[in-house]
Amino acid sequence: MSIDPKYIRNFSIVAHIDHGKSTLADRLIQVTGGLTEREMKEQVLDNMDLERERGITIKAQTVRLSYTAKDGETYALNLIDTPGHVDFAYEVSRSLYACEGALLVVDAAQGVEAQTLANVYQAIDVNLEIVPVLNKIDLPAAEPNRVKEQIEDVIGIEAHDAIEISAKTGFGIEDVLEAIVTRLPPPVSGDPDAPLKALLVDSWYDPYLGVICLVRIIEGTLRKGQRVRLMGASASYNVDGVGVFTPAKTETDTLGPGEIGFLNASIKQVRDARVGDTITEERRPTDSMLPGFKPAIPVVFCGLFPVDAADFEDLRDAVERLALNDASFSFEMETSAALGFGFRCGFLGLLHLEVIRERLEREYDVDLITTAPSVIYKMQMMDGSEVDLHNPADMPDPVKIESIAEPWIKATILVPDEYLGGVLKLCEDRRGIQRELTYAGTRAMLVYELPLNEVVFDFYDRLKSVTKGYASFDYQFIDHRVGDLVKMSILVNDEPVDALSMIVHRSRAEMRGRGMCERLKDLIPRHMFKIPIQAAIGGRVIARETLSAMRKDVTAKCYGGDATRKRKLLDKQKAGKKKMRQFGKVEIPQEAFLAALKMDQD
Amino acid sequence: MTSGPDIPLGLYVHWPYCARICPYCDFNVYRDRDRDTAPLLDAMLADLQAWRERVGPRPLRSVHFGGGTPSLMAPGQIEAILEAAASLCGFEPGAEIGLEANPAEMERFEGLAGAGIERLSLGVQALDDESLTRLGRDHGARRALEALERAQALFTRVSIDLIYARQGQSLEDWSAELTRALGFGLDHLSLYQLTIEPGTAFARKVARGQLVPAEDDLAAQMYELTQSLTAAHGLDGYEVSNHARTQADRSAHNTLYWTGADWIGIGPGAHSRYGAPALGGRIGAAAERRPEAYIAGIAEGQAQTFEALSALEDAQERVLMGLRLKEGLDLDRLRALTGHGIDRRAAEGFAEDGLVTLDAGRVTLTPAGRLYADGIAAALAPA
Repeated sequence: MSIDPKYIRNFSIVAHIDHGKSTLADRLIQVTGGLTEREMKEQVLDNMDLERERGITIKAQTVRLSYTAKDGETYALNLIDTPGHVDFAYEVSRSLYACEGALLVVDAAQGVEAQTLANVYQAIDVNLEIVPVLNKIDLPAAEPNRVKEQIEDVIGIEAHDAIEISAKTGFGIEDVLEAIVTRLPPPVSGDPDAPLKALLVDSWYDPYLGVICLVRIIEGTLRKGQRVRLMGASASYNVDGVGVFTPAKTETDTLGPGEIGFLNASIKQVRDARVGDTITEERRPTDSMLPGFKPAIPVVFCGLFPVDAADFEDLRDAVERLALNDASFSFEMETSAALGFGFRCGFLGLLHLEVIRERLEREYDVDLITTAPSVIYKMQMMDGSEVDLHNPADMPDPVKIESIAEPWIKATILVPDEYLGGVLKLCEDRRGIQRELTYAGTRAMLVYELPLNEVVFDFYDRLKSVTKGYASFDYQFIDHRVGDLVKMSILVNDEPVDALSMIVHRSRAEMRGRGMCERLKDLIPRHMFKIPIQAAIGGRVIARETLSAMRKDVTAKCYGGDATRKRKLLDKQKAGKKKMRQFGKVEIPQEAFLAALKMDQD
Repeated sequence: MTSGPDIPLGLYVHWPYCARICPYCDFNVYRDRDRDTAPLLDAMLADLQAWRERVGPRPLRSVHFGGGTPSLMAPGQIEAILEAAASLCGFEPGAEIGLEANPAEMERFEGLAGAGIERLSLGVQALDDESLTRLGRDHGARRALEALERAQALFTRVSIDLIYARQGQSLEDWSAELTRALGFGLDHLSLYQLTIEPGTAFARKVARGQLVPAEDDLAAQMYELTQSLTAAHGLDGYEVSNHARTQADRSAHNTLYWTGADWIGIGPGAHSRYGAPALGGRIGAAAERRPEAYIAGIAEGQAQTFEALSALEDAQERVLMGLRLKEGLDLDRLRALTGHGIDRRAAEGFAEDGLVTLDAGRVTLTPAGRLYADGIAAALAPA
């Protein structure tokens, strides 16, 4: 029936983007025969287009490999693929919790990156056994000895016996499989007859089966036909199917202690099957939930509006369908004076925002206006109440506010020392407080405390440009801190454009306002009249630009042969107008909303 | 298919050959090179016959010879077309028979007049030699003025074309040049701002930085000056670039385009429009652009490509063309013919800004609005 835990190894792969996690996963599947050559698609595990394009894994996937080791025994190796980005840190932590070990994959030429650090620390925190793997050993620039030292110095784990491989050529893959068997511990053998206790590692929506849950059995046995209870959600379901991915979906009907597999139970929405929840039997519940369950908390908010107001229903449909498969994305209807109906959406972070926005535009074909991303401000009101502010447009009259606190993060940045100066300046400009500056070889490791609202706009972009892409960046939340925060409004042709208003620190307001006005002047096309563009705090204008009027727009010659040409031109213009929104008499192009926020171009 | 009896019909004749190709011109033109033009003329006559069968027995309000350089046509060729037009369609009383002429061909003017041309529009373009050289013209200023004098002696009605906002031209230069032109005793002037059209020699020069078009600001001032100077001399700006002393001095043929009447075109690349949605539909046609293809197409009955315009497309064209006229756009007629109206809210916005006037059943550009004729027309056109 169930497999003896002694022949099970549960592991994940920790790596920085581009260091070869997916390629290694593909190789492992291929070598153990999970897929024939013909079935083998490039990078099997990253199966969403967007993930493949960006080289990042958003939804964790899992696969069971059947491997006959040199000791003659056949092992079930469960590989849990983890999301590779800081926005999904909680998902990563749950995936790691379901494992006993992890492969730490480091590019033998590039060495350790900030993101590797964050994930490996998480793995160490949940007591995983870690096997370092040096990938791309075949590259001329590979420096395995230097990177081994770096792993020992920076991460503090033994690396002299790191496995040297090339996932691309297949070199060293057998060594990795042997190491998984010999160096990683088997799961603790739980009692198969105890009341079921299983961790919900991940869930996703399947159009035919409803929600599919990826689960790790701690103790007891999960069976097809069982009535199970999700303890955190307080809901019960009949289990319709139980099985594993090899990577093909294979029904096994039961899963025992130590095993990882899936269940489907006609759960309708992903938000009913939250990552980290505990699954038990309805009739014979386990006595305690697994620790560490927390619902996803959005930290970055923005408004999403259809460019063409008539597309609102399409947007609603798209947002609802996306939410079916992404429990960490929240939305509620929002009405903007200027943009009409849309949604205020919450995201785990900026990358998550970008991913959702792109999916809406690409998969659902809706053109969107994205308003300035905002964080959650905690307002202490004069009347003693506390109010969370998600949207600058909702900011109450300042006289009613006693204080406003903003979220701060601890950012870890690894950067080659030649770019250190630029990064220091960037962090200082963004109100950062330096906490650490240490060296690992020729690379500096910087730890800064930064206000999140200085990071949400364009910090990644700026960091990339001042370091020519050589820096790596990671962050975690610390707390909310009171700051001198004000609401800055943008007025175009004397009309406030609420979608462009933002909360800023008073010391940064003038610079930001000037930057916004300058950018908008370039982004808004000239009209038949001149357009003042102003940034204001309350009634006080802090920056101003004037977009001069177009002087003429008239064709000199227009006769019989020009009728068709003029009409075709009109069609083109009308199509272009669909990407604009009207504010009073001024038309603002869709891309201006986000582009206006990206500044500091000097 | 027939149009209502009140909708006039014009004939456009495109003669695609020029002695040389002007660097600003993006029309469908080819070098002359002493070729045998008899097959083209035969094809055009056959084309006219086919048009007569399509549009039925309707007299012509106008015939316009354009190009290219129709003044290169032999008088006999012009006569052949006019005779065919007379016998196939007939003319309305006082029909306009016009032709676009190049001053370089002034020796041929007598023949043109003899062939039946009554209105000559002369491509003078500029009044000094240096500017004419830059514009790539094959005549100097003196020759242009002599040609004008001869034309005025030979034709009932004469108009000249001038091109302004040329490179290096100041507001004062243009003021002086236009004032001089207004002293020639003409009843019609076509005054065009130099436009850099894609695909022309000038466009390539601009791309290479060898030609710098006038700044928008200066060009706008020149336009405003043009309107006030011509008005002061009794020449009414009845269209964006056209000025006439009286209603009778206007170009009857071009008015057909701006009022959305019917016109049929013969010759390579000629365009046609006839009918209206309320009268069974509006048809557009375009002839093969290359003379050889046009001639071959006529033989096979495929020289014209037809397109049925939707009511919306027709309404859009009527707005885009009609707003250019001083009288503006007749909204009741637009509605009656196409079932569409203009964007009312946009019109009211422009009216508030003083760019259009919106009277019962009519929308008209104000003098200030004329500078934005394209943008306003695009905003008012139904979508």
